[in-house]
Amino acid sequence: MKCDGLMNPKIINSSGRVHQRIPSGCAISGLMSEEGRRIDGSVIIRSIACMHDRSNGLGGGFAAYGIYPKRKHQYAFHMMFDNIEAKEATEEFFKDVFNVDKDEAIPTHRENGIRNPPILWRYFLEVPENKLEFLTERDYAMKIVMQINSEIEGAFVASSGKNMGAFKGVGYPEDIGKFYKLEEYSAYIWTSHGRFPTNTPGWWGGAHPFTLLDWSVVHNGEISSYGINKRYLEMFGYKLELRTDTEVIAYLFDLLVRRHKLPMDLAVKALASPFWKDIDRMEPEQKKIATAIRQVYGSTLMNGPFSIILGHSSGMMGLNDRIKLRPMTAARKDDMLYMASEESAIREIAPDLDAVWSPKAGTAVIGTLKEGVE
Amino acid sequence: MESQLPAEFVVNVDHEKCRRCKRCVINCSFGAIEFKDKVTPNNRQCVACHRCATFCPESAITITENQLDYKDGYNWTPEIRKNILKQAESGGIILTAMGNPKPYPIYWDHMLIDACQVTNPSIDPLREPMELRTYLGAKPECLDFDSDISLKTELAPQVKLDIPIVFAAMSYGAISLNAHKALAMAARRMGTLMNTGEGGLHEDLASYTDRIIVQVASGRFGVTSKYLNNSALVEIKIGQGAKPGIGGHLPGEKVGEDISKTRMIPVGTDALSPAPHHDIYSIEDLSQLIYAIKEATDYKKPVSVKIAAVHNVAAIASGIVRAGADIVMIDGFRGGTGAAPMIIRDHVGIPIELALAAVDDRLRQEGIRNRASILVGGSIRQSADVVKAIALGADACVIGTASLIAMGCRVCQKCYTGNCAWGIATQKPELVRRLNPEVGADRLCNLLTAWGHEIQEVLGSLGINAIESLRGSRERLRGVGLSQETLDILGIKHAGIGQ
Repeated sequence: MKCDGLMNPKIINSSGRVHQRIPSGCAISGLMSEEGRRIDGSVIIRSIACMHDRSNGLGGGFAAYGIYPKRKHQYAFHMMFDNIEAKEATEEFFKDVFNVDKDEAIPTHRENGIRNPPILWRYFLEVPENKLEFLTERDYAMKIVMQINSEIEGAFVASSGKNMGAFKGVGYPEDIGKFYKLEEYSAYIWTSHGRFPTNTPGWWGGAHPFTLLDWSVVHNGEISSYGINKRYLEMFGYKLELRTDTEVIAYLFDLLVRRHKLPMDLAVKALASPFWKDIDRMEPEQKKIATAIRQVYGSTLMNGPFSIILGHSSGMMGLNDRIKLRPMTAARKDDMLYMASEESAIREIAPDLDAVWSPKAGTAVIGTLKEGVE
Repeated sequence: MESQLPAEFVVNVDHEKCRRCKRCVINCSFGAIEFKDKVTPNNRQCVACHRCATFCPESAITITENQLDYKDGYNWTPEIRKNILKQAESGGIILTAMGNPKPYPIYWDHMLIDACQVTNPSIDPLREPMELRTYLGAKPECLDFDSDISLKTELAPQVKLDIPIVFAAMSYGAISLNAHKALAMAARRMGTLMNTGEGGLHEDLASYTDRIIVQVASGRFGVTSKYLNNSALVEIKIGQGAKPGIGGHLPGEKVGEDISKTRMIPVGTDALSPAPHHDIYSIEDLSQLIYAIKEATDYKKPVSVKIAAVHNVAAIASGIVRAGADIVMIDGFRGGTGAAPMIIRDHVGIPIELALAAVDDRLRQEGIRNRASILVGGSIRQSADVVKAIALGADACVIGTASLIAMGCRVCQKCYTGNCAWGIATQKPELVRRLNPEVGADRLCNLLTAWGHEIQEVLGSLGINAIESLRGSRERLRGVGLSQETLDILGIKHAGIGQ
């Protein structure tokens, strides 16, 4: 049985540090080339900048896929350190748990008004063979991520996937994008976020995207079912450390798609379930599946207003809550798939589109990279 | 021995208004009203069941507490003094009924519910779907699909509830057949369940079996293969919140022809339920009974195990889940009963709020919360209690006393006398007749409908539109006036603390 042993919290994480959660409103935008053509970061910056008024300068960020093709087999850890001691402690820890192939400062442009950045450093890591006797490589990497976030004071993993990275901080998204020199990166998937928190500790780690391994989530909304989603995930060993409910979304996808191996379209039926009145009218086989999903995965239902763009190693997906309480527009042009809070943010970078539509409540827009794209 | 006990209540008759129609005399089943030229109360017999006052066409009757002042004494309360007098006269255990009336803390009333403002919108239940549907039964840890996206996992049997409120176990014997009929009819109409209690299932209810929880208790009354298979689910009763650790006793005078047949015991014999099941002396024995029932029902019925909330309830519940139960039903110490010794009812067990929180936590810590549904009862008084119980982690609630009140019960706590003037807790044909099952069912349906709407209002204000997003979502509760230790047990924050 594939899920044997998944429900042992001790395997994945044993720490107990939990931060406060801060609700927020936001702007999101994402683009993807299904052919795997690489696009530089200035495009996504233009798109998210168009929705400047949806943010309040307290958080912005980007996720980019396909940016480290030469090191695509290594975990790229983007780290944030409050101080040099945290960096040293983390590096000491890395020596024990990984083979560190390379580490370097994440290049930044310091003259555009972004204040008090933490130490931003990236590491290209390999998992030593002998560490994988009891865990899969990804479970091992996830465990390390959780351990750093909860146990090393002042250290935070901004992203931990392969051939991808998150670039985020406190500021307007367009300023954050320039700060990180995103025009120098080329990616086949870009997602971005401008944050409007109702309250903030001004913490760089709290900005979106939130990531775990290859998953990245940018999120506009608030998960009103956060309490039970969190308790459900804790049963599977996830520790919710951040001051945002967005991490719940990333962990839910990680659990359902990676660990429980649900196909993406079925995972979506758990996270933004169809209503019973609609399930009752489905064809018998569909009805059986939808009913079983709600029976078994009821605690994963993400209730409350949200629109999200999820990035992962093989594509990008957009999703609204089941009654569409937050905006989302999708569009296509040739092999390009776009999604954003507002159509204007898409038109800004692609004025001439093949199709533009408003995805229905609870209906996912799924973009899949062509086979073989690396 | 001449009783020194004063009357508990005084029946006041306004003879100006009274037309001497004698309806009160006919209605009083406790012998508290006689007619001697005029309506003449016998106050000592009055239990304040309000039957006379309700049916007096002139509203000429009021009932008041007998305001006998006692010499002040914080320690020697009038109640304690009266109990001593009773026992000095009888030499017996003091018998009582219904739930614990003592002023222990009611934690429901120290929990407040969240609502949406600005950052997340509330949802209008009049305009948007607001889903209360709940499935009881064991859930697998995950679902497995074939490559062609057909479902590979076979789910354990699930019972659908349209509203997460189930009628509590009350046996035929403790309550009347008409009360059972009303509960069964209401359960069908509302898409929920009633529970036979331990007294078997009367043949008149055979057509409702898909809406009936059949109980297997220590007396095994009326348990046959047909009984087990004609049910929505089977419940093994280990304990009851009102009387944890002790058995039951239906006196022989209540065992008439019908009850004799239903319980499968001779007419006129006492129906004794032993304190323990005599084949369950440990958890492995329980597991055997669970699987014996599953075998007998071809694994088509979920099996529930009902326990009273006692100190070690979390570990016991965990054992029950591991023993194979699909549902754990926890009954809090304020739960009702048809008859129990006062010492047990008032002093044994723990509050359901704390028991529920402890059990849900424990099952989650062990990663087995999905393996069983949690039902809770033991004084669910209003829809707000249901909301709070579900937020603490219950799948659904059971209501006993509330459903009886809906049918007319005035909570006079005299169920064990068999004189229930409302036709509920009695087997006397002339009293049973007073409860029209159709009317009783209407009243029960109205109550559940009203509570359902109220729960939907709260869900909407919480910004969620499915009950599963409330279940276990303790983040949406805050405590007021509770100690840190209580808050920790309940797993909630104090009011004033944000997210």
